[in-house]
Amino acid sequence: MQTQMTAPKTVSKTKSKHEASIRRRRLTQNLTLIIPAAIFIILILTAIFAPWLEPLPYDKTDLVARWAPPGTPGHLLGTDALGRDVLSRVIYGARVSLSVSLMVIFITAFVGTALGILSGYLGGNVDSVIMRITDIALSFPGLLLAMLLAVSLGPGFFTVVLALSVLGWAGYTRLVRGASLQIRNSDYVAQARVAGASPWRIMFVHIFPNVVNPLIIIMTMAVGMMILAESGMSYLGIGIPQPTPSWGSMVSDGRNYLDTAYWISLFPGICIALVVLSGNFLGDWLRDKMDPRLRQL
Amino acid sequence: MLRFITIRFLQSIVAFFGIMVLVFFLVRLSGDPTVFLRSTTSTPESIDLLRHKLGIDGSLGKQFWIYLKDYSKGDFGDSYTQQRSVIKMVEQALPNTLKLGIPSFFIGMVLALFLGVLAATRRDSFFDNGVKFIAVLGQALPGFWVAIMAVMIFSVRWRILPAQGMNSLANYVLPVGTMVFFMLPGMMRLVRSGMLDVLDSEYIKLARIKGLSENKVIWKHALRNALITPLTTAGMLFAGIVGGAVFTENIFNWPGMGRLALESTMGRDFPVVQTIALIVAIMVLGMNFLVDITYAYVDPQIRYQKS
Repeated sequence: MQTQMTAPKTVSKTKSKHEASIRRRRLTQNLTLIIPAAIFIILILTAIFAPWLEPLPYDKTDLVARWAPPGTPGHLLGTDALGRDVLSRVIYGARVSLSVSLMVIFITAFVGTALGILSGYLGGNVDSVIMRITDIALSFPGLLLAMLLAVSLGPGFFTVVLALSVLGWAGYTRLVRGASLQIRNSDYVAQARVAGASPWRIMFVHIFPNVVNPLIIIMTMAVGMMILAESGMSYLGIGIPQPTPSWGSMVSDGRNYLDTAYWISLFPGICIALVVLSGNFLGDWLRDKMDPRLRQL
Repeated sequence: MLRFITIRFLQSIVAFFGIMVLVFFLVRLSGDPTVFLRSTTSTPESIDLLRHKLGIDGSLGKQFWIYLKDYSKGDFGDSYTQQRSVIKMVEQALPNTLKLGIPSFFIGMVLALFLGVLAATRRDSFFDNGVKFIAVLGQALPGFWVAIMAVMIFSVRWRILPAQGMNSLANYVLPVGTMVFFMLPGMMRLVRSGMLDVLDSEYIKLARIKGLSENKVIWKHALRNALITPLTTAGMLFAGIVGGAVFTENIFNWPGMGRLALESTMGRDFPVVQTIALIVAIMVLGMNFLVDITYAYVDPQIRYQKS
């Protein structure tokens, strides 16, 4: 009798506990999508509307108001060693970060996909040459090349884009080649060949649409990586030149004033971290939705 | 197997030659070094003389020939900006980088193995989530910023660790910590995911059924196989370490190869840049070669398929 009385109770208790844990998990899952997506949307809007959003011109120096701490009226995040408003520079920096990374991603994805499909579909010598170059590109320290290019062409927007693109295609090539290899042996490609389709047509019409999913996933994941790379270059002084604000060079600006003006380095660093983190979360989410087999990446 | 090794070796040689050509032209592209070397009293004649002395007069073809001839003789030339041979500069800088790199590599490796394996065996536990959190955060935070914030807290605020110098053990704490930060997250993730795959396999079940202790199953049977995945990415790991060294040495004023590379690039010191780029290229190719051989040794499918 007693067991009968207690048994349903424990069942309902564990059941509600189970439900609660499911609900909690669903909530955290949603939050890991909503928060990064919100940050990304804010980033994009900030980058587009930077000139209207900045409270002061990003390059306006004010030697009287140097090293104003955060919270100073008119300077929410303080000012740097030249009295420039940190908030305005952070807002404008979003533009630099986003434009560099998007441009690099489109170039590298285009080149990498083309080479990957060629390599995977044609095979043979084309494949082995492309793959050897890819191996080297993947393991060649990009920073060294970036340094060489930055000095040979002079630092600037296009130098950064070029430096990040020269080696960046390799990751796409490797992924796309793997996918193309599988598709090459499928029945519909064989049928297309029998029907007399040219290799170019097969590559473009039959193989390319099938590699779009993994491509979108790694393009999303690359946003964070490229922003990190750009800020790293700007930090070393081989990226976007002054006075255009890049988050990386802002961190570097504050290096000499760590004891008196920590905020110059602190805030841009937080921005980089938040944006990169959001990009990675969005990439993970897309991967889980579109192609869980890519887990390993 | 021998055939495979020979082919790979020849391919590496060809790749090395390709990189030599690339480096030569990239460095030549980077503008005129005499701009930095001339003074206000320089006349066109003296600049020409300087060019001749530096070996950058004459046609590109002639320069390239001299470049190949000198390197094959083991002559790496003299620095443009400092009156020293490149070999001397590298000899001075390399030990400093190794002093930082080797302890960092071992600490990073041991930490990655321990944390990665423990996280995989306690999947979805509090510990595992902690490790995943650190990995995600570590891959998102810019290393140079973390290092600077560490300097701000430990050297500027609390004054317990030095941010400059290299004489005492305390000098190593922040730079080594930064280097470890650069490589730990990626490696940890790879070990964890490799371990998770292996733990699912049949032979691990068999080892358990045989009655082996859990420690033996994990650290002996599973770990060996789990390490194959991280091994294939050793090349990328190396690229990461080189990058980490450039940033770390820049932040902590460490007179190693990373700083030498940045300074000589900025000063357009051709011979130094060339030599550093070629040293790194040799290391990259050697590493890829060794990884390929090891991989072919572990997995026979590869050596037959490609040769």
